Amino acid sequence: MSLRTPLFEEHKKLGATIVDFGGWDMPVYYTNILEEHNSTRSACGLFDICHMGEIILEGPQAFDLIQWFFSRDISDLKIGQMALGVMCNPSGGIIDDLTIYRLGEEKFMAVVNASTREKDFAWMQKNQEEKGFDCSVEDISMRTAKLDIQGPAAEKILQKLVSFDLSKIGFYYFHEQGKSLLGLNSIISRSGYTGEDGFEVYFDWDECPRIWNSLLKEGRADGIVPVGLGARDTLRLEAAYNLYGSELDEQTNPFECRYGWVVGKEKDFAGRIEVFSQKEKGLKRALAGFEMLDRGIARHGYRVFSVDRPVGAVTSGSFSPTLKKNIGLCFIEPNLSQPGTRIMIEVRDKQLQAVIVKLPFYKRENKG
Amino acid sequence: MAENPANLKYTKDHEWIRIEGNNGTIGITDFAQHSLTDIVFVEFPEVGKKAERGKSLAIVESVKSVSDVFAPVSSEVTGVNKELESKPQLVNEDPFGKGWMVKIKILDQKQLSELMSKEQYDHYLSEQKH
Repeated sequence: MSLRTPLFEEHKKLGATIVDFGGWDMPVYYTNILEEHNSTRSACGLFDICHMGEIILEGPQAFDLIQWFFSRDISDLKIGQMALGVMCNPSGGIIDDLTIYRLGEEKFMAVVNASTREKDFAWMQKNQEEKGFDCSVEDISMRTAKLDIQGPAAEKILQKLVSFDLSKIGFYYFHEQGKSLLGLNSIISRSGYTGEDGFEVYFDWDECPRIWNSLLKEGRADGIVPVGLGARDTLRLEAAYNLYGSELDEQTNPFECRYGWVVGKEKDFAGRIEVFSQKEKGLKRALAGFEMLDRGIARHGYRVFSVDRPVGAVTSGSFSPTLKKNIGLCFIEPNLSQPGTRIMIEVRDKQLQAVIVKLPFYKRENKG
Repeated sequence: MAENPANLKYTKDHEWIRIEGNNGTIGITDFAQHSLTDIVFVEFPEVGKKAERGKSLAIVESVKSVSDVFAPVSSEVTGVNKELESKPQLVNEDPFGKGWMVKIKILDQKQLSELMSKEQYDHYLSEQKH
């Protein structure tokens, strides 16, 4: 039996096409992917992200537990600040990528992927027990709603429902306040997965339909649209954000998939020894972006060739609605991963020409 | 949803064919384009390629999916709709008109009688909805 977010009935009312995602019935699109993608970049997209997991870590040694399982050094993480990082297994591969919000001196929220939530929670609990850290680890996912609101009009629209000043929240900072979101307690961060300005909004699960419908109503004049997982994927691909299960998995070293920057250089953490040992020996692959030159779309798993030799594989690929080109990410031998390198990608029975390009594919213009 | 034209024949896989003597024009129906949603790419066969009935003639891709367009009858490709290279969305906008995909020479006339008429296809579609 699939899990459902509190918005399942709303999605059906909006005519969404529902698919299974990590055991959840989720909307893949409402109208179509191209429209939802373009609306997010030009106005505002609203995303049901209730399926992602939220875990509270609290106590005198919550900080120490996180420093142990989280790749990033959070010594300087302030209350009201968040950080992106990974958790590694003993082989140096990635258990999940996640964000950590510092809610208090001794209180943190970890936000994890839906498909790995149970595994992540078990890993955190295991480390807490084995190391004897004095703190609690609580999975609050099933009572925490999450909505992403993204796009140039996101702040203007969300502000209508929020009692504090959103403009004061910087990128990768958040504000937590009681009775702040139409009377509800909320955590609101300026962050997201689209490459646009926008927010991730956390509040009580049961109140989700009310907040969802209020945002759609209040944002109508500014062009808000509901957006499904299909466009969420094309948006994040253009911004070159990793997706667990595509660019990273339990066999992927963070330095292979453009996550070297989330690995703390000076601190010890679970899996560190293997991560650095593999890096020192020399990694066999690097993640690179490509654009198709011949007509065709490269998709996950398609093989990458250089002069008849297989040298890698596509991790994610699609038509890019914003760039109007076919783009993708691939693992490739490190010495072939420089922008400008010509490659071939096997699409069905043909070898199509492509070229490695700089990432990200799309970057939002800085507004003056 | 658009009306299925009466002058076309149809297949269970939602292809249509307009028969013009020994030749034909092939595309996908409104039902098919609606299921696929935003079509972003059409891969054409080479002119001269032969395909047996039921074999893949072309590939049509939406953002999320890759689908075969199957030959309604055994055929030889005589032309393709080059406009779809720059405007694949024509398949969504006008599936029975500007969104045509392939022109063919019919290699087995007997197979034409096994195709569905408009009425049969309409009926077939109504059974699809459950």
